[in-house]
Amino acid sequence: MSKNDKLERQKRIRNFSIIAHIDHGKSTLADRILEKTSALTQREMKEQMLDAMDLERERGITIKLNAVQLTYKAKDGEEYIFHLIDTPGHVDFSYEVSRSLAACEGALLIVDAAQGIEAQTLANVYLALENDLEIIPVINKIDLPSAEPERVRKEIEDVIGLDASDAVLASAKAGIGIEDILEQVVEKVPAPQGDPEGPLKALIFDSLYDSYRGVVAYIQIKEGTVKVGDKIKMMATGKEFEVNEIGVFTPKPVMKDELTVGDVGFLTASIKNVGDSRVGDTITHAKKGADTPLPGYRRMNPMVFCGLYPVDSNNYNDLREALERLELNDSSLQYEPETSQALGFGFRCGFLGLLHMEIIQERIEREFGIDLITTAPSVIYNVHLTNGETLVVDNPANMPDPQSVDHVEEPYVKASVMTPNDYVGPVMEICQKKRGNFITMEYMDDIRVNVIYEIPLSEIVYDFFDQLKSSTKGYASLDYELIGYRTSKLVKMDILLNGEKIDALSVIVHRDFAYDRGKAVVEKLRELIPRHQFEIPVQAAIGQKIVARTNIRALRKNVLAKCYGGDISRKRKLLEKQKEGKKRMKTVGNVEVPQEAFMSVLRMDSDD
Amino acid sequence: MVKAAYIHIPFCEQICHYCDFNKFLLQGQPVDEYLDAMDLEMKRLVQSADQEPIETIYIGGGTPTALNEEQLKRMLESVKANLKPIHPDVEFTVEANPSVTDRNKLTVLKEAGVNRLSIGVQAFQDKLLTALNRNHRQADVWKMIAEAQSIGFENISIDLMFGLPGQTLDMFKQSVHHALELGVPHISAYSLQVEKQTVFYIRDQKGQLTLPGEEQESEMFEYLISTLRANGYQQYEISNFGKPGYESQHNLVYWKNDEYYGIGAGAHGYLANHRYENVKPLPHYIRKIKDGELPQRLSNELTEKEQMEEEVFLGLRKMSGVDKKVFLERYNVQIDEIFAAQIEKLVAEGLLINDAESLRLTQKGVFLGNEVFQEFIGVI
Repeated sequence: MSKNDKLERQKRIRNFSIIAHIDHGKSTLADRILEKTSALTQREMKEQMLDAMDLERERGITIKLNAVQLTYKAKDGEEYIFHLIDTPGHVDFSYEVSRSLAACEGALLIVDAAQGIEAQTLANVYLALENDLEIIPVINKIDLPSAEPERVRKEIEDVIGLDASDAVLASAKAGIGIEDILEQVVEKVPAPQGDPEGPLKALIFDSLYDSYRGVVAYIQIKEGTVKVGDKIKMMATGKEFEVNEIGVFTPKPVMKDELTVGDVGFLTASIKNVGDSRVGDTITHAKKGADTPLPGYRRMNPMVFCGLYPVDSNNYNDLREALERLELNDSSLQYEPETSQALGFGFRCGFLGLLHMEIIQERIEREFGIDLITTAPSVIYNVHLTNGETLVVDNPANMPDPQSVDHVEEPYVKASVMTPNDYVGPVMEICQKKRGNFITMEYMDDIRVNVIYEIPLSEIVYDFFDQLKSSTKGYASLDYELIGYRTSKLVKMDILLNGEKIDALSVIVHRDFAYDRGKAVVEKLRELIPRHQFEIPVQAAIGQKIVARTNIRALRKNVLAKCYGGDISRKRKLLEKQKEGKKRMKTVGNVEVPQEAFMSVLRMDSDD
Repeated sequence: MVKAAYIHIPFCEQICHYCDFNKFLLQGQPVDEYLDAMDLEMKRLVQSADQEPIETIYIGGGTPTALNEEQLKRMLESVKANLKPIHPDVEFTVEANPSVTDRNKLTVLKEAGVNRLSIGVQAFQDKLLTALNRNHRQADVWKMIAEAQSIGFENISIDLMFGLPGQTLDMFKQSVHHALELGVPHISAYSLQVEKQTVFYIRDQKGQLTLPGEEQESEMFEYLISTLRANGYQQYEISNFGKPGYESQHNLVYWKNDEYYGIGAGAHGYLANHRYENVKPLPHYIRKIKDGELPQRLSNELTEKEQMEEEVFLGLRKMSGVDKKVFLERYNVQIDEIFAAQIEKLVAEGLLINDAESLRLTQKGVFLGNEVFQEFIGVI
């Protein structure tokens, strides 16, 4: 293609993504767009095509980004090339969202006509505005009886400050307004700018690992042209590779010889590790490459840590292999071997957030068939010792003795909770209980309030969001960002089972809350740990001091004294089931502890 | 060789809320057709030529006494005609409902050679009987048993239940005392298990079933054992108590891991190392018989390992335990050898007694039987 042809084609490219809160209908809209642009035959059309992984579909969220090339014949008679770039909808993945937005020139902002704007949507809209994206508001689900499109239109104008007079009224489910959306994309989203013959700058906005081809990098070309056989360089790591394959997704992968400015597609180059193809990095040519990378690259740092241990210690190597495999696909996953007296050999793993942690855990159990014990999630503490040294502690078990600690710093976040004003009371109560400092409260409109708190990250990593949801009938939405470290009166609380300290159950708590937490934890453990043939004291201790205790009474009767008329197979099955249940527990000392007990130390029931 | 037979009569006049056996409301069921089919099943199953004498016959249900006199008579004749030869000292048991207080049905049983009755008393409180949806009241029990005794039934067993919704320890004590007053030589006591496809299960799922806790249930079980023992009943199996010489020979077949025929819809049998279950729906059962087949739904061949496991977990239910000599004869290996680690652990925990002749539960082991049994599964 000549330079002129490239520039002509470039004018007809539109790159956009969809910003939406979970449940506001993003995937359904994506499906409708795919249908309208005939990317798929009806036969190929699967429900919610873009959410590829089962896990994503079950959770109704998109974790991995995908990009699809579509062709759309607009009313002006021209055929346009659309690239629809899907974004994850969860706060753990906000950096990935920002990179995928950086690969676009426009975004559809989907707002539920009944529920209005949510905190997470707002955060992503701000990300889009930061990236200078043209935003097209779409008010979705207008066919719902509870839809209030005019109120939502006003909200978009008041809260975000966007002109919503042209906002498309749509129902992705009923197929209403889809063409209007596509026409607005043509009209409003600018074509990508850039010189197709300049030095190559390709933004990596996602990557995944394919066992045959190595890393598949998802890229958008900002400057220049890349061809099969080119020698390329990753600007953040300096690593060089030779391009094997180039292509686009339609959504089926289609091979191309080259990609040029505005194109969104994929590239493979025998890259063995996802870490060599980092999200946000810029690809250029090894020779005569660009001088400066595209802005915005950031190495992702895990915020939440936990120990992962195989229930059956024979599976340690399998677990390591599973983590190695997952890491290929997910450069934000970190892990290193650790040993626990109680649990044996395992790994301390770092995650972007709780959801990320749960997903990894579930994938290990499902895809690799390894039963796991997960210890309660922890954050990174800076522990300043009396001798002037500073320790970085990501595992409560490693917290030094109180007498050698001068003070401890913990990470704080600024949390924005958006809630209908009826629930401001319960929301504040939860934030208060989680050691939050109230900062401010902003009324978004007559009904909705954005409550802003500074809260220790450790308090929100566990069940904060669940509690918010349950005390606001599901209306609250949450967004948070790290704001730095602060000194807190923190102590390590140990748990003793049958007189033995169980390191994997240690947890770091605020001194003022220690007694209540201790009581709650021992009670929870009493419920979760099955009765044994002997009585088991359960104690919570700070240093040498016992702050709470209870007993799990001895098992008195477990024998099937049922009449079962010769049905021996049934009896065998029952015994096998009981035995299987025991296998899924971890024997700690002489106590069998179920998996969920290790997480329970952070659980704070709402009736505490 | 097979020396025992279980025959299932799946009809009831009323369905109990806890029962998950194969059973159907009597009204409108093809009872006569069913009895014909059972007759054919027995003919097909029992090859008289090489059949050793049958030592125990147990007719259970359902409710065998839900059949009318005519049907009852015909069914018993069919059983005797097909299960031949019958050992002269056969134990011939029929389950009877306490609501059968009329003399005629009991006389039919007696005249057919039935020599043992197993009576589903369950409890002596009308409130509990109602809650279980039994169709008898406690007054019926006294009347029925007196009637049976007057006809000449002497080997009578009654069933009691514990761990029932609304049952207190005092109620259970009362039931045990009444059971003793009846003067029957055998008592079975079963704890309630909430099973799927029962009214209790549905209530439990909805959170509408309040059962006594583990503590209370243990107290009931403890009381039962000590009281019956003090009154001359030996606990010869976890749930079974008898005066000397009155142990249920048929139930012992199960615990000794011996073979037995299972006849009738939904019956279970154990033949030639296969555990099988017959199809449950009546039309299906009848059709299979008419098609000239055996009505078996599942037939699972046990490996030798599984046979050894079952030998142990069934044998340990008996207070006499697993007979080591029999184990060696059957499997050509010493039980102490093949289960060495398990036995050592359980003996150390005070759950098992291991001597030269047998391996058996301690008193503590009786209460924690499942903890013991599961140790032997999947380890060889």
